[in-house]
Amino acid sequence: MPVESVYQALEPLLPRVRKPIQYVGGEVGSVTKDWDTADVRWALCYPDAYEVGLPNQGVQILYEVLNEREGVLAERTYTVWPDLEALMREYGVPQFTVDTHRPVSAFDVLGVSFATEMAYTNLLTVLDLARIPLFSAERTIAHPLVIAGGHAAFNPEPIADFLDAVVLGDGEQAVLAITDLIRDWKRAGQPGGRDGLLLRLSTVAYVPRFYDVSYHSDGRISNITPNRQGVPSSVSKHTVMDLDAWPYPRRPIVPVAETVHERYSVEIFRGCTRGCRFCQAGMITRPVRERSITTIGSMVAGGVAASGFDEVGLLSLSSADHSEINEIAVDLADCYEGTNVGLSLPSTRVDAFNVTLANELSRNGRRSGLTLAPEGGSERMRKVINKMVTEEDLLRTVTTAYASGWRQVKLYFMCGLPTETDADVLAIAQLARRVIAAGREATGRRDIRCTVSIGGFVPKPHTPFQWVAQCAPEVVDARLRALGGALRADRAYAKSIGFRYHDGQPGLIEGLLSRGDRRVGGVILAAWRDGARFDGWSEYFSFERWVRCAESALATEPVELAWYTTRERDYSEVLPWDHLDAGLDRDWLWQDWQDSITPEGAAEVEDCRWTPCYECGVCSAMGTEIQVGPTGERLDGKRLLPVVGGRA
Amino acid sequence: MSEPEGRGGAWTVLVPSDPPPVRRRRDEGPPPQAARPARRRLERTSDASGKHGMAGPAAQLPAVQHLVVRYAKRGKMRFASHRDVARVFERGVRRAGLPIAYSAGFTPHPRISYAGGAPTGVASEAEYLSLALTSRQAAAQVRERLNATLPDGIDVIDVTDDAERPGALEASEWRVVLPGVDPAAAERAVAGFLALGEAPVERLTDKGVRRLDARAAVAALDALQPADCDGGARAAVTGVQDCAILRMVVRQTAPAVRPDDVLTALREQHGLVPSSPPMTTRLAQGPLALLAGTALS
Repeated sequence: MPVESVYQALEPLLPRVRKPIQYVGGEVGSVTKDWDTADVRWALCYPDAYEVGLPNQGVQILYEVLNEREGVLAERTYTVWPDLEALMREYGVPQFTVDTHRPVSAFDVLGVSFATEMAYTNLLTVLDLARIPLFSAERTIAHPLVIAGGHAAFNPEPIADFLDAVVLGDGEQAVLAITDLIRDWKRAGQPGGRDGLLLRLSTVAYVPRFYDVSYHSDGRISNITPNRQGVPSSVSKHTVMDLDAWPYPRRPIVPVAETVHERYSVEIFRGCTRGCRFCQAGMITRPVRERSITTIGSMVAGGVAASGFDEVGLLSLSSADHSEINEIAVDLADCYEGTNVGLSLPSTRVDAFNVTLANELSRNGRRSGLTLAPEGGSERMRKVINKMVTEEDLLRTVTTAYASGWRQVKLYFMCGLPTETDADVLAIAQLARRVIAAGREATGRRDIRCTVSIGGFVPKPHTPFQWVAQCAPEVVDARLRALGGALRADRAYAKSIGFRYHDGQPGLIEGLLSRGDRRVGGVILAAWRDGARFDGWSEYFSFERWVRCAESALATEPVELAWYTTRERDYSEVLPWDHLDAGLDRDWLWQDWQDSITPEGAAEVEDCRWTPCYECGVCSAMGTEIQVGPTGERLDGKRLLPVVGGRA
Repeated sequence: MSEPEGRGGAWTVLVPSDPPPVRRRRDEGPPPQAARPARRRLERTSDASGKHGMAGPAAQLPAVQHLVVRYAKRGKMRFASHRDVARVFERGVRRAGLPIAYSAGFTPHPRISYAGGAPTGVASEAEYLSLALTSRQAAAQVRERLNATLPDGIDVIDVTDDAERPGALEASEWRVVLPGVDPAAAERAVAGFLALGEAPVERLTDKGVRRLDARAAVAALDALQPADCDGGARAAVTGVQDCAILRMVVRQTAPAVRPDDVLTALREQHGLVPSSPPMTTRLAQGPLALLAGTALS
């Protein structure tokens, strides 16, 4: 059946909205395939504004992986800003893809990638504008399957009622498996209808409706059990083991509009072994799988040539940890020297080697700002979170940075960590002054600066801190105010120290959405109906609205906002995500949490990349293993280098 | 509208600001990162800290040729802003492998100069920019290489050596389609406008309300008999069949007067109100005498 583009109806609305270019598509690297000859059609959604969603690696990778397949078509859709949303409602224009402006409701699958829980309300906007019933239970065979993925989908329970299925973990192979399932089901004449398809899907994805959740009278979960024959009691994440076999994105999408990242990014490894107890990404992406130096080299060369970007980012959770990062940095810097292509390594590791790498990548560039993340202000605090950086380490690192020409050092911290006191946060002020003093001494200059950037800690599922009581926003805000005062107090340093912070209130709502269960779905729906949009953006977020909607939506339940956030859970409590398996051993997570708060001081967890394994459970449970080099290969500049521009 | 003011005939170099002006996202807290001194011994393959210490900005190759590029902004790409178009060309010349010259300094930018661009939402058949190249290239080849890589809708029409540069960009000829406007009403409004001594209008800019005389900049204006309103498919959706087409020649002035300002005067003083946003296209740019001649003939 032919599906018409809605562009003719959309076009007259575009002169009336901000930055209309974000809605028209046509980017270099975008793909349009024939609709009628495709037998499985995906609409890939990043539920935030185009400027944030377009650079998202996950969506770009899946877009390319799917479009490379014969008979498969993937297009992109993003959340439209409220100005266009209002006009689309007024003129009856449905949610569309930017590639061909086909209505999202015409696709087989709407795949939604969640990097943050704060995008949950945007999912409802997309579904509603697409005229897809908000509740999975109300959809028919005529509607697309709504499948979520991404880090925030590792606890999809708060949005479970709105989703048909959830993919845990890496998407590259999973989307192809789902594509095959859908194609087979269609060719077989759609046996069992929508329900039959979901049943088939339950072998590769989590299908929330096939699980019943029961509760104790005090509100705690008593059981999460499959309600269908053949549905697994626990759903495992997907793990791509050979990153060299999946060198995507190869042909990055080059936006015409301005976006948050204007560069070609290559993921140099996936996973992290550092064991920071607060870090969900580091836990759920285990084990570490490196991409080889030669694949990285050919991806950089191909990606720069195909995109024309003048910056390359080497991405991962801790890029300086790649076993051949030194060779990668030196060889790429050699290859691109004199080409006006810049390299960046968004690593915030606090050690002198990190500075050496940053120096290498900025041979001729301006050394403006270097970012380091000690995360905790006091040494005690850093032990609790297993971020083993001594003050000596930090001062040595910043001294090296200032001495090699960096003028500004940014320091990232968190506030509201478990067992934190006012003194732990005020220690940041002391640390910042020592950083400036060390920098002035090392350079003999007064114009060096440091910026303290701090936000509230939000406990996340699948981490050792999944049981902790989140710090109340009033406490976070009071500590941040006190820290600001302390930073300004000493006139000898105040002008050299910048202070940036995020207040505690949005963090509490993020906490509700992160560790919530299916009952939180009612809160999300109420907040969205009340007008919640783009909750990740400070100018749209309303704490008052969320508190009000949590009260009304949970009025008949024995639970409330505080129950989900500032309450500590005990070992025996069934957590909403206990049936979703990120490969981590629950007892190991619990023991690690206990180790972090022992009165004798937290026990250190070694990095399993270099020391014997510490039994988190991923390798054994998933049948996977850590994959690190070195390969011993080097990059040959003459073969690699695409000559663009040039210096004398 | 947040477009830079068109500067009559002047060539300007757009330098992108370093960090994109992105609004603060609440959830962009510190990235999840680990930090701890490396435990392993690194085998240094080159002395990175010594050899490449704090080097200054590298010298750039000098420009030996300047090419003038006439390009179109068509279809969906009419919604690109001046800065969007600059991004497209910067990346396009790199993909095309052209030997573009770079500015000096720590953050070198490709040396591309832009003549005042058509506003966001306005299509054009006559935009101009100039490329500084570090080795001589055949103009026709540059056109082909750019067109092979630029997105559809940003189309290079012509490339000429600077020496053969067209005359000064004194004025522009515009075509404006007004959906839902009766052609006879448009003719009356045009006659009324032309009879005015001045046509003061206000435009909201980033810097506040700006007052302009729309009449003074208009060298020619007439209403055409519409053969095709460009709106066949659109009419099916909007239900609007009627349309009027205006053709105008507007001088490049400072502050710039745009077709939009003329339409404001036609709306406010002569009651000419389109049923949906007008479709404006710049047809030509060049010496006033030349353009005024073609439009009035």
